[in-house]
Amino acid sequence: MFTRRTMMAAAALATLVAAVPALADDLAKLPREQVELVAPPFIHAHEQATKAGPKVLQFKMTIQEKELVIDNEGTKIHAMTFNGSVPGPLMVAHQGDYVELTLINPDTNMMAHNIDFHSATGGLGGGELTMVNPGEQVVLRWKADRAGVFVYHCAPGGSMIPWHVTSGMNGAVMVLPREGLKDDTGKPLHYDKAFYIGEQDFYVPRDENGKFKSYESAGDAYPDQAEVMRKLIPSHEVFNGKVGSLTGKNALTAKVGEQVLLVHSQANRDTRPHLIGGHGDFVWETGKFANRPEKDLETWFIRGGSAGAALYTFKQPGIYAYVNHNLIEAVELGATAHFKVEGTWNDDLMKQVSPPSPILSGAKTGALDAPAHKH
Amino acid sequence: MLLILKAKLAAKAALVVAPLAVAAAGYGLPAIPADQVAVTTIAPGAFLHRLAGDFALNGRPVNAPRRAFRFTRPLTIMTYQVSAAAYDACVAAGACERRLFRAAASAEAPAVGVNWHDATAYATWFSSRTGARWRLPTDAEWAFAAGARFNDDAVLADDGSDSFSKRWLAKYEQESSRQAPADKAPRPAGAFGFNEHGVADIAGNVWEWTDTCFLRQALDASGEPTGERTVNCGVRVVEGEHRSYVTDFVRDARAGGCAVGVPPANLGFRLVRDDAGYLGAAVARARFHMRWI
Ligand SMILES: [Cu+2]
Repeated sequence: MFTRRTMMAAAALATLVAAVPALADDLAKLPREQVELVAPPFIHAHEQATKAGPKVLQFKMTIQEKELVIDNEGTKIHAMTFNGSVPGPLMVAHQGDYVELTLINPDTNMMAHNIDFHSATGGLGGGELTMVNPGEQVVLRWKADRAGVFVYHCAPGGSMIPWHVTSGMNGAVMVLPREGLKDDTGKPLHYDKAFYIGEQDFYVPRDENGKFKSYESAGDAYPDQAEVMRKLIPSHEVFNGKVGSLTGKNALTAKVGEQVLLVHSQANRDTRPHLIGGHGDFVWETGKFANRPEKDLETWFIRGGSAGAALYTFKQPGIYAYVNHNLIEAVELGATAHFKVEGTWNDDLMKQVSPPSPILSGAKTGALDAPAHKH
Repeated sequence: MLLILKAKLAAKAALVVAPLAVAAAGYGLPAIPADQVAVTTIAPGAFLHRLAGDFALNGRPVNAPRRAFRFTRPLTIMTYQVSAAAYDACVAAGACERRLFRAAASAEAPAVGVNWHDATAYATWFSSRTGARWRLPTDAEWAFAAGARFNDDAVLADDGSDSFSKRWLAKYEQESSRQAPADKAPRPAGAFGFNEHGVADIAGNVWEWTDTCFLRQALDASGEPTGERTVNCGVRVVEGEHRSYVTDFVRDARAGGCAVGVPPANLGFRLVRDDAGYLGAAVARARFHMRWI
């Protein structure tokens, strides 16, 4: 039974609870900092290590439901995005900081959304406390009590969860140790540059001729898309929301000698990043910085629903491909990025001793004797 | 909000009205006399009804307030849920989209695997077939017609003694202890019996779309609304053995129309008839929505 009396009791209690905790006072004393988010693959300005005490970091994200072109053939989907990009922006904090997110769902959107932070504790990662309808906003604060790179994603319940996530609603958080990253022996590590690469599986339905279908609205697309999703075979597997979004004109850049941190997330599906022509000098494959990094990896595994980090110092100039080393996914479905690296070539590491030329005959080269019938 | 879908529906409705006689004749379907649709008329009356939606007091979720609702006119509602055969006639006429699970149910069983747009399109089509004005019931109308079969969804163990988690756990407990219907396959009309008003199959294994939008409202200490409310018409109230909130384009809520526990086994609907005519109905509904504000 719901009576006015129980309501009043509840009101009195709630007021009490709000007034009591000392925590609120402590938090009120902490410095607050507003952070301007940046669209991936870039990352907002941040300190790699800090001597300062914990802060309350204020972030703001606006959910945008919008049409996105996801390949070079012009295939369009009704994407759902945190802040307009797929993936959503990377949020950086230090262990012990508080992350305070204002999540806005404008009334131009059609659907309710929320956010589940894998880095946060309780409340289904915040999902239970952040469901916002079009026209609403919510503010969630969580404590960054463990260091690492972590996925966040929308999780609005039932079948809506995988649908929203595979429509682009995911991103990552990087919680750095206050003293910064360390190598396997505990020595400090530093990066000159950092990129955030979010990998996304899309499930676009095809018509009877095998062409990708487009729909008037997300709701219209849903039944067909759900059918494709249930077969678990993505139509696209891309970095940064689109085939080719990190290649050509948009290729990532670095210089020989630069230490580059690559944060890689996949909110839904396993992937295996590989830098063709390079390595992972230090790799936190599971993404959590309290664990020692592995060294000299060729390929690392990012479990669906997680993020990992790799640090690499480029040693040669040229083009590097950064791929999901399921090469079908890299080449046929889109999971390829390129690095353009400037600098001086190191012959010691690699040299073309003799350029491609006609096969020489003779024992010296180890080639077979020319067959007798040939001239 | 919902501009695209709304525009689409309007376009559909406009299409349906004109060529209806032709389409119906083409499928050998004569117009249905209004008095041949099985309806139950419930006498005017008042009842206490717990509102649908999310309510909060000082930011803490609370049970929705119960309000007195008064029906000043008789409520005329279909005795049975719309059957598969009846719905498929609308599909054949080109006025409704195909439903899911077409092979699963017999023609006389209720139409299931329909979303809110399908149900609304059917109401438009059926209105022009019969010359009467049919529409989805509001949540309160459905509850009034459901009578003793309406199940209150208040979280009973919530005594307001904790900021958040106790109610959450209690709600989980309550929702997950629900029994799933033993047999999810739709059964012939009337198989779940009649309630005290003579309405069939209320709270059987087919949940019913209502026209009521999801609402979020903060309450003040006296239980009165305070501040701005959110009305999300992309999510509609679905009624049955328990109340649920389902996104309007979902045809199969079994994968989680509810937050936890047993989701609606099937999505179907029945319609109410507005005997007051279009304008009267519009006014009545406007008043109706505003009553508790
Ligand atoms: Cu979402």
